[in-house]
Amino acid sequence: MSTASTSTAPRRMRARVRYNVPATIILLVCAITVAIPLFVTINMSLKTTAQAVDGRAFTLPAPLSGDAFAEAWSLTDLPRALSVSIFITAIAVVGEIVISSLAAYAIVRNWHRRLFRWSFFYLLAAMFIPFPVVALPQVQMTGMLGLDNPVGVAALHIVFALAFNTMLFTAFLRSIPISLEESMRIDGASTWQVFWRLIFPLLGPMSATVGIFAFLQSWNDFMMPSLIISDPRLQTVPVLQSMFQDQFSNNYNVSFASYLMAMAPAIVAYLLAQKWVISGLTQGAVK
Amino acid sequence: MSETTSTPPRASTPQRSSAPPPKESPNSPKIDPIYYFFLFPALLAFTLAITVPAIVGFGYSFTNSIGFGDWEFTGIRNYIAVFRDEGIVGAYLFTLGFALVTVIITNAIAFFLALGLTSRIRFQRTLRTVFVLPMVISGIIIAYVFKFLFSNTVPAIAQTLGIDALSQSILANENLAWIALVIVHAWSTIPPALLIYIAGLVTVPEEVYEAASIDGASPASKLWHITLPLVSGYVVINTILGFKGYLNAYDIVVGLTDGGPGVATRTVAMSIIRGFEGGDFGYQMANAAVFFVISIVIAVLQLRLTRGKASFGS
Repeated sequence: MSTASTSTAPRRMRARVRYNVPATIILLVCAITVAIPLFVTINMSLKTTAQAVDGRAFTLPAPLSGDAFAEAWSLTDLPRALSVSIFITAIAVVGEIVISSLAAYAIVRNWHRRLFRWSFFYLLAAMFIPFPVVALPQVQMTGMLGLDNPVGVAALHIVFALAFNTMLFTAFLRSIPISLEESMRIDGASTWQVFWRLIFPLLGPMSATVGIFAFLQSWNDFMMPSLIISDPRLQTVPVLQSMFQDQFSNNYNVSFASYLMAMAPAIVAYLLAQKWVISGLTQGAVK
Repeated sequence: MSETTSTPPRASTPQRSSAPPPKESPNSPKIDPIYYFFLFPALLAFTLAITVPAIVGFGYSFTNSIGFGDWEFTGIRNYIAVFRDEGIVGAYLFTLGFALVTVIITNAIAFFLALGLTSRIRFQRTLRTVFVLPMVISGIIIAYVFKFLFSNTVPAIAQTLGIDALSQSILANENLAWIALVIVHAWSTIPPALLIYIAGLVTVPEEVYEAASIDGASPASKLWHITLPLVSGYVVINTILGFKGYLNAYDIVVGLTDGGPGVATRTVAMSIIRGFEGGDFGYQMANAAVFFVISIVIAVLQLRLTRGKASFGS
């Protein structure tokens, strides 16, 4: 959408603004560095195996071919990995929004109570615990509990995001005036009803931010699924890419088609939800 | 009463600099028990998934456990061994150096991109969309893409141009492979730093620059004397977040160099996990405990060193 609006040349009368031309040119050149790996990925994936084998990144596909996608799709059994990734991501998105918003609401409304105040700082501590530090005992424990599978990974994604999400939700909740819910309580609504009918809808923008970050983190994660999930047939899409490195060998078109299919959902989600990605990141870091 | 509103100044204590946290009064109104039910899932999940494993793991760091079966208590022997293990010490030195270089390069580039993106440029929104995009791409996958570029494309271009130094893949050179890691990490992690800098730069009021221009300040001195001090808080955030991320580098390293050639680019996270996969549990938990302490010390040091400059938060 932004491409369309900015490329149509003088779209407003106040286009009299003097643009900083050197800065624009420098940034456009820098943007090429971002574009090159993505261009190469698309370019290589559209080649035939015969053409791709020479490993030249910038020769254009001749002839254009979609074979690599079909081959990558069946070779890696992508549909199965996609369903696992979608399963984990869906649980993480819903779980992160619900668990963090409930906790944040309880914390903000009971900030004067020690238990809730301390719980907040307890949850924040997760920000200082790197995953590698607790990874090994987690591998052991998920194995013992029968959670060495996608459910276990989704649960860990939820927990590791708790600190950041709860912080976002509490910051937002503090800005909601309490008078809104008091009038609802006078009408006899319970806390449960107040939360779901009033607060949760008001949290919409924050939930969108938390949701999109949950999606991106869960979808792209490599470390946790590769360590936690014991059955290779239940692996996620990014782990699949590493499992098939040897089999891709020099069939660059197949490997790049596979990479492209793995990154596409995240790119599409980003383009659709850009606003929430950007606002979430800046608010989360500055608050 | 239920919110922490600022208390009005009291005559008896006129010189209080900051309000103390509100005390829990014994006769505060009854709490709706459902709040405990709201908070409970988060606390339980956190305790089970992080606190318990952390404590259990710390306990195992004093044993010779291999992850299953019998084990014996060995005291601090693992810790002594960790400090004598050249592979592990090497991984620490490499990770610290790598994190330092990457955090400097990433922040410098992100800062100048943010300056550019907040100035009056054409295609502002499109450019921002493009520059943020790398953030949403899986680290291991982009590492594979770059691996292809470094092993095939860069040497091919270098050969046609006759640059001998780059005609071999830098990934195969144990003195240069780290540069590839820095490049890919920068590519992938500039976006969050960039967005934070943009958020900081838009808070600097235009009038400040106008006043400086009237006084005849050059663009460079405006940047150094006005912009940088005003966004120093954001520099601190980016340094801390960035350093934390690079210390834990794993996905991109696995995809790009897999710690090689040899163990030249092995990070601490990799040494912990590879060691574990090789059958050391207790030993690697000692490594992880050391790593945890070092991470915390670095975070605290960064906060201390920058205290006073940072003007963010409440």
